[in-house]
Amino acid sequence: MENLINIFIKSIFIENMVFAYFLGMCSYLAVSKSVKTATGLGLAVIFVLGITVPVDYLLENYVLKEGALTWLSPTFAEVDLSFLSFIMFIAVIASMVQLVEMIVEKFAPVLYTQLGIFLPLIAVNCAILGGSLFMQQKAFLNIGEASVYGLGSGVGWFLAIVGIAAIREKIEYSQVPAPLKGLGITFIVTGLMGLAFMGFMGIKL
Amino acid sequence: MSDREPLFSKKNLKLLGDPLNSSNPITVQVLGICSALAVTAQLKPSVVMSLSVMAVLAFANVIISLLRNTIPNRIRIIVQLVVIAALVILVDQVLKAFVYDVSKQLSVFVGLIITNCIIMGRLEAFALGNKPWPAFLDGLGNAAGYGWILIVVGLARELFGSGSVWGYKIIPASWYIENGGFYANNGMMILPPMALITVGVIIWVQRSRNRKLIED
Repeated sequence: MENLINIFIKSIFIENMVFAYFLGMCSYLAVSKSVKTATGLGLAVIFVLGITVPVDYLLENYVLKEGALTWLSPTFAEVDLSFLSFIMFIAVIASMVQLVEMIVEKFAPVLYTQLGIFLPLIAVNCAILGGSLFMQQKAFLNIGEASVYGLGSGVGWFLAIVGIAAIREKIEYSQVPAPLKGLGITFIVTGLMGLAFMGFMGIKL
Repeated sequence: MSDREPLFSKKNLKLLGDPLNSSNPITVQVLGICSALAVTAQLKPSVVMSLSVMAVLAFANVIISLLRNTIPNRIRIIVQLVVIAALVILVDQVLKAFVYDVSKQLSVFVGLIITNCIIMGRLEAFALGNKPWPAFLDGLGNAAGYGWILIVVGLARELFGSGSVWGYKIIPASWYIENGGFYANNGMMILPPMALITVGVIIWVQRSRNRKLIED
């Protein structure tokens, strides 16, 4: 249990998707103009990451890894399909996003209209594929750890995008030098937020 | 064939040159930031990353452009993802075989070329509606525009952060404080947030030189 909490806290603050690895920057910069849309997208990312990381974990451990197919027949012990992982992961992500879209449309139509175009766009958000690739690299022991990691990374991304959206709403009223307006200042503010998040690095878990 | 335009006509050169400055994928179109920042702590991974993206983008553009009349519109995203993913797997295997240490350093970011928005963006915006040769040039141009930002950021961060370029020490050892000099490396440049701030400064410089790009 303690282990799971550690992974959760670590993936939110210390290894934050945006500030430590710059994942999902494209939608982070494009959709952070107002807090409301940022919140919607953030929630959708938490949701999708929370589903795709454990599914990709199962895929990795029961299909792709070297010797992962032994449950099918002992003759497959030498088969190593890990070079296929990129294509398999992206396929899982694309289909999961499609599935999530259908489920949300059916059971929560209000949320569906609020998210609009952002839901399908999540398929090409690098934070999602990044979550699965980091999961592969970290070699988690069981599916519980992988799910907690997925959820934690999603929450970290959510915090980052809501934070920058709030700051950008305020920056509208300040006098930024003209060439820095918009994109430039957003980059620099994100850098400063990243520096603040680095303060968590000292925490040993 | 007489009315065929020359391979390097003005229009084609524009495809190659524009992305370097006025429609730069990173600083103007804001595409492909994700992988751009994470690999730029040193010069070498930045160069390898730029070349990988160049290979993937140019060939994905050509392939999609060749297939543009046969791909059904409804499933084009999946087709594009499959083409990109296949090319990225190739690049990944080549890197693992020939420059293993850099491939270790780049870790997941080679795989993340798949979701690099520059590639999807160019396929959607250009390759689907143009012939293979302009698409190839467009791919090269955009990858070069992406690459030069990466290389400038990588150079600046490695030079100021660890006093070296391409792994070779540039700052003389006698300059350092511990050897009685006056200089110390700025360790902050190595940290991830400084990549963002460096790109922010590049955007600042570019936009103050080219006023047309300023957002209102």
